[in-house]
Amino acid sequence: MSVLEIAAQVDARGLSCPMPIVKTAQAVKTVASGELVEVLATDPGSQRDFVAWSRSTGHELVEQTTEGNVHRFVIRRK
Amino acid sequence: MTLAPSFDPIAEAIHDAEGIPEPFAEAFKAPDDEKKPRELVIICYSGDLEKTWASLILASTAAASGVPTKMFLTFWGLQTFVKDEVRITGTNWMQKMLSMMQRPGISHRKLSKMNFMGMGPWMMGTLAKQYGVAKPKELLEAAMALGVELMPCQMTMDMFGLKREDMIDGMGEPVGAATVIELLANGAAPLFI
Repeated sequence: MSVLEIAAQVDARGLSCPMPIVKTAQAVKTVASGELVEVLATDPGSQRDFVAWSRSTGHELVEQTTEGNVHRFVIRRK
Repeated sequence: MTLAPSFDPIAEAIHDAEGIPEPFAEAFKAPDDEKKPRELVIICYSGDLEKTWASLILASTAAASGVPTKMFLTFWGLQTFVKDEVRITGTNWMQKMLSMMQRPGISHRKLSKMNFMGMGPWMMGTLAKQYGVAKPKELLEAAMALGVELMPCQMTMDMFGLKREDMIDGMGEPVGAATVIELLANGAAPLFI
């Protein structure tokens, strides 16, 4: 795991669609442009959803990793 | 009509435009390609639990994805947005009776199939909790926090005798069908649920 400066974290583990995305959208609003938000989710659908969401919002998906059943996403606010 | 093979009308026009004075060149410039996100209008017609749920999942996700989202609340769909604690609505006996038969409020929705006197919704609620699925009420709060606009239907308000104080906080002004049609005519994506 690379060392990144995380400005906000979202723990969406155990939550189903659409809450990982909804909570991430709310968290992104709290950070400044260019800052990073880290998201942890267990919803398998989130792997595709975060890619689609970053395309539609323009926020950059900097990192996407999976450890066990936990998916980790790092998003940079546009 | 035949043209010399090297003749390119667009290149010619650009070449000509480069020579014209500034104010005119400005007028010939293509408008800035401003990418305006397409709006989403969800017409909430049904008051059934499962359809209310679907509407709110889509509304909250759309708003989270930066899509300007509006919900037009009409017929049974408007009953969902009455305050949970309001039991009887309306002024005449028919309006009151209708609200008795189908309790308004987001926490009192019934399934369209297999309601079984509340057994179905109870099982759905229990499963939702078990699988981390947000309840309609939670989704509504998230949707509103993300800027989803709620547009109650004036005609439904009148027909069911609903007052502004019966409705949840944060609702927009009541509107009619023409407002929705204008949004759709201007390119908003419609969903009728």
